[in-house]
Amino acid sequence: MSKNGNMRNGKADKPAQNSQSQERETKFMTTSSKPIDPLYKPEDVQHIDYQRDLGDPGDFPYTRGIHKNMYRGRLWTIRQFAGFGTAKDTNERFQYLLKNGQMGLSVAFDLPTLMGRDSDDALSEGEVGVCGVAIDSLADMEVLFDGIPLDKVSTSMTINSPAAILLAFYIAVGEKQGVPQEQLMGTLQNDILKEYIAQKEFIFPPEPSMKLVVDTILYCTKHVPKWNTISISGYHIREAGSTAAQELAFTLSDGFAYVDAAIDAGMDVDEFAPRLSFFFNSHLDFFEEIAKFRAARRIWARHMRERYAAKSERSWKLRFHTQTAGCSLTGQQPINNVMRTAFEALAGVLGGTQSLHTNSLDETWALPTEKAAKIALRTQQIIAHEIGVTNTPDPLAGSYFVEKLTDEIEAEAEAYFQKINDLGGVIPAIKQGFQQREIATAARRYQDEFEAKDRIIVGVNEYAEENEKLEIPILKIDQSVEKAQLERLQQLRASRDNGAVEAELERLRVDALANKNVMPALIDCAKAYCTVGEMIGVLREVYGTWVEEPVF
Amino acid sequence: MSKKIRVLVAKPGLDGHDRGAKVIASALRDAGFEVIYSGLHQTPEKIVSMALQEDVDVIGISILSGAHMTLFPRIMDLMAKQGMSDVLLTGGGIIPPEEAKELEGKGTGKLFGPGTSTRDIIDYINTWAAEHRA
Repeated sequence: MSKNGNMRNGKADKPAQNSQSQERETKFMTTSSKPIDPLYKPEDVQHIDYQRDLGDPGDFPYTRGIHKNMYRGRLWTIRQFAGFGTAKDTNERFQYLLKNGQMGLSVAFDLPTLMGRDSDDALSEGEVGVCGVAIDSLADMEVLFDGIPLDKVSTSMTINSPAAILLAFYIAVGEKQGVPQEQLMGTLQNDILKEYIAQKEFIFPPEPSMKLVVDTILYCTKHVPKWNTISISGYHIREAGSTAAQELAFTLSDGFAYVDAAIDAGMDVDEFAPRLSFFFNSHLDFFEEIAKFRAARRIWARHMRERYAAKSERSWKLRFHTQTAGCSLTGQQPINNVMRTAFEALAGVLGGTQSLHTNSLDETWALPTEKAAKIALRTQQIIAHEIGVTNTPDPLAGSYFVEKLTDEIEAEAEAYFQKINDLGGVIPAIKQGFQQREIATAARRYQDEFEAKDRIIVGVNEYAEENEKLEIPILKIDQSVEKAQLERLQQLRASRDNGAVEAELERLRVDALANKNVMPALIDCAKAYCTVGEMIGVLREVYGTWVEEPVF
Repeated sequence: MSKKIRVLVAKPGLDGHDRGAKVIASALRDAGFEVIYSGLHQTPEKIVSMALQEDVDVIGISILSGAHMTLFPRIMDLMAKQGMSDVLLTGGGIIPPEEAKELEGKGTGKLFGPGTSTRDIIDYINTWAAEHRA
């Protein structure tokens, strides 16, 4: 009987036993364009040795999770990223979030701050307080954390090129509140390598940037021991268009580069590795994402124990934050984004994440409205409390498909480590445009698949609505924010002790030129109310700037 | 057609999101346009002078940072001062429909949102060129 025989008999809904329908004319592939076999069977996982390759949750190599009981012990931390307008606006949002049970804060800075420019810099025009909070000096930071006890609340700061400066501000604010730096808790993103690869918020060339990262590691290890010094990030690599395996490979190779740099600076791996954490994207392909998270833990644990001879279990454990994929959301029929985000969040949870940010349905158009942000928060609470996925750790372990995917993605990552090594390491590879080119190629392929309808995106290239009107409210950032911030900055420049500012900036220059750790000088600059732009300006003169060779 | 259409794909301001700009630059190149990519972090002044220097027919701006209501009008002013009425200013990014309409009303070409097919952009530029280039 032909495969279509059932159709001819008019019994399409009741196929005879042992027959199958002809496969649909579609490419069976993941979000990363990886082809998927028709069926996975015991032979796909035969080589797996449970103790060696998976281990119980909480045991090396942590494929199944870093804690014995995972979410039966503690749920992941719901950590929604927020920041907009002036420090006062964001402080009010923080107070609201804390009153509603959120324990950790996560600060989004505006683009001028991220790029180390003051609000009155010519390049800042139109960007002040728009996609995050505007911070020019310690004065803004004091307002941002006004009434928030820094000995009780942990703060994640998404900042990279000027990370050392924002850490200095935080230490100075803590001191003003009477909280010694030893008690401060939080995370600095401080992952400069992915800036050259993907997010492109770089200022200095890679080598001095790495030196600044090492300065913060050295300083925090000694003085701010509860601080997570780097959040090694794949999120932006994925958003720039990479595949899941590229995200994993480039992020972990960046991680190894930081480990190498800190060891080269004379540190013992177990002194600093426990304070390294990771930040991954959770994209649409459910099983591929889960496999990626599982592979990440196994690769990190093996390399840390075997290659770096780390002895502390805490150095072996890969802890990570997850954010759902902003790039997967559609401007069309935006309510559908709630579903996309929920599936992505679920993959993060089944992958064993330690904390999670869920995007809001309106983020392809603007920053989220409060209502949209609340739906995103509730999505996590539904996953945590209603659908039973927290009852047992790593419930997908042993799945032929998931284990096979985990192995394959690990092998792809290892092949990339080899390639990067052959190119001379992460920074030489960046300078040759290797990672950038791989990502650009994958991004173009994704777009081509979308346009050829090999990839269906509901509401966009299929099930689209003619003449669709946007029916959701869009948040508008008040144009008066920029003006208010400029006035604040002008006042600061007029009222501070400018002699002290000059003296501290000069000391920063001297320390940077002498290749000393710049953290102490930055903290003193912060206390003298030097601005971000002034400190970066000094460092730019010493270190130079970076202009990328674009590849597309 | 005689001369190839020349397009400057540009990233103004501090925004580093270059995925879209690069995908579009490579798609336009494959469609037979001469493509110049500005690279990141360009001022409006730099973009307009680049456009003049390269004698482009089209400037395509990519903005995802929310600064479009400041940057598009600035670029338009600078283009007007240079008498570049024969150059198409188009673009896209994270621009809410209402604001896109406002900018188009002020004289930009069509602004494209998320989910746009590169073919629509190519068709748009080709149609414009057929109408505006001798």
